[in-house]
Amino acid sequence: MSALTLKNLDISYGDTKVVHGVNLDVPEGESFALVGESGSGKSTILRAIAGLAPEWTGEISVLGTPRTHRVDRNVSRQVQMVFQDPYGSLHPRKTIDSALSEPLAIHGIGNRDERVEAVLKQVGLDQRFRFRFPHQLSGGQRQRVAIARALMLEPKVLLLDEPTSALDVSVQAEILNLLKRLRREQNLTFLMVTHNLPVVSFLCDRLAVMRHGRIVEIADVAQLKQGELREPYSRELLAATAG
Amino acid sequence: MSAPLLEVENLRVSFPTHSGRVEVVKGLSFTLGRERLGIVGESGSGKSMTGRSILKLIRKPGEVTADKLHFDGIDILDQSEKQMRAIRGARISMVMQDPKFSLNPVMTVGQQIAEALVTHQKLGRKEVQQRILDMLTAVRINDPERVAKLYPHEVSGGMGQRVMIAMMLIPEPELLIADEPTSALDVSVQAQVLDIIDDLVTRKGMGLILISHDLALVSRYCDRILVMNSGQVVEECAAGQLDQAQHPYTRGLLAAMPVLNETRDELPVLDRTQWAGT
Repeated sequence: MSALTLKNLDISYGDTKVVHGVNLDVPEGESFALVGESGSGKSTILRAIAGLAPEWTGEISVLGTPRTHRVDRNVSRQVQMVFQDPYGSLHPRKTIDSALSEPLAIHGIGNRDERVEAVLKQVGLDQRFRFRFPHQLSGGQRQRVAIARALMLEPKVLLLDEPTSALDVSVQAEILNLLKRLRREQNLTFLMVTHNLPVVSFLCDRLAVMRHGRIVEIADVAQLKQGELREPYSRELLAATAG
Repeated sequence: MSAPLLEVENLRVSFPTHSGRVEVVKGLSFTLGRERLGIVGESGSGKSMTGRSILKLIRKPGEVTADKLHFDGIDILDQSEKQMRAIRGARISMVMQDPKFSLNPVMTVGQQIAEALVTHQKLGRKEVQQRILDMLTAVRINDPERVAKLYPHEVSGGMGQRVMIAMMLIPEPELLIADEPTSALDVSVQAQVLDIIDDLVTRKGMGLILISHDLALVSRYCDRILVMNSGQVVEECAAGQLDQAQHPYTRGLLAAMPVLNETRDELPVLDRTQWAGT
């Protein structure tokens, strides 16, 4: 079954249409990357799937069920998002414990204490971080908390919006390893936005290159590794990375 | 190499905390000629503080000491604020990380570049205008007359960074400090911006200090590299020989970067206890 299906998806912010006619199918268990320059609409697609950009037309299906335009509890249980900036995405006045418990409270899930403990373990954070505030954590630790929060509802799909671009290379390696391990352990599906092609090569199976709100090419990672992208724009991106 | 442009010996920067002063730069020494030097390190390694202390931009309660901090024979630590103002911008200038926060939002691009120029030189209005347009052309902005009239929010990140470079280079400084000049930019634009800096620096025979956390990028654009970790230089090498780096920290950083043709199942991670770093 496919985890995410997008059909003829157009997304606008007010009068400006930013994504034009995107068709995409991500099977369950796959790790799929969206790459492209700023403003190409890749983050907007994630936001539409998560319900943060409600002005869309076309079809978004999550695990076979079409998504409505409204806030959808079933979708949130299955699809969670991790944002780019670990400094901006955690509430500064809430402890890690309350940030992690909140999704459970919203969805009326009990056994919170144990679940928080377990998820901290999964993302490799010591229990002593549980009652700290975000400002007492480093960037990498905060990103682990953000990932933990996304895992709280045991989703099937993770939407990752540049999860490592605000981090140092050595911390980036830790987070990438973590994501890879979590995907293996929990059979997660990833839809990841990035402009770092080496990260795609490490973590993903397929990628779509986007430009000006359209997908210009969908390729296998094997093609990326061998530098065999077809479209001229994809080649440009590849050249910019390889130098 | 000619006489050194910048000589730094035993540079120390410290800040007070509840538990006494903490040194963020611990005894850094290097000399710089008219060449391109890269300073690489992770967050908190003291690389930006090094850049700022050369311009004497560290405010109280921060404290800078050095056995020697000479720029072209001038003792930077001895200069008064007034004397420093004649050096900053005119002889040493600095490109900051994010054009969004470093440009003045209520002045047009042209006015800001003009300000950088007329602060240090007395020139006629026509000449200033001409220099601005030349400079914007030099940083490869296609329609300089139009762009000069725009406000910072009307230009893209890459263009904003080029505007900043134009502003920093227009008084023709001898030393340019670029602190993470491209980390706020897209990959596709990064190379363009660095090419421009590289081209201008080589053409005018300036010294360049490129501060970045990106080893690959620094090795591509510099002659020499200093690798910093928790306030100290752990390794110094020629840019071409980065792959033969010896120090475990440098090797760790190199290994932690995923490559385009990635075959490793897991990326090696730095063992932080080894250096007691950040």
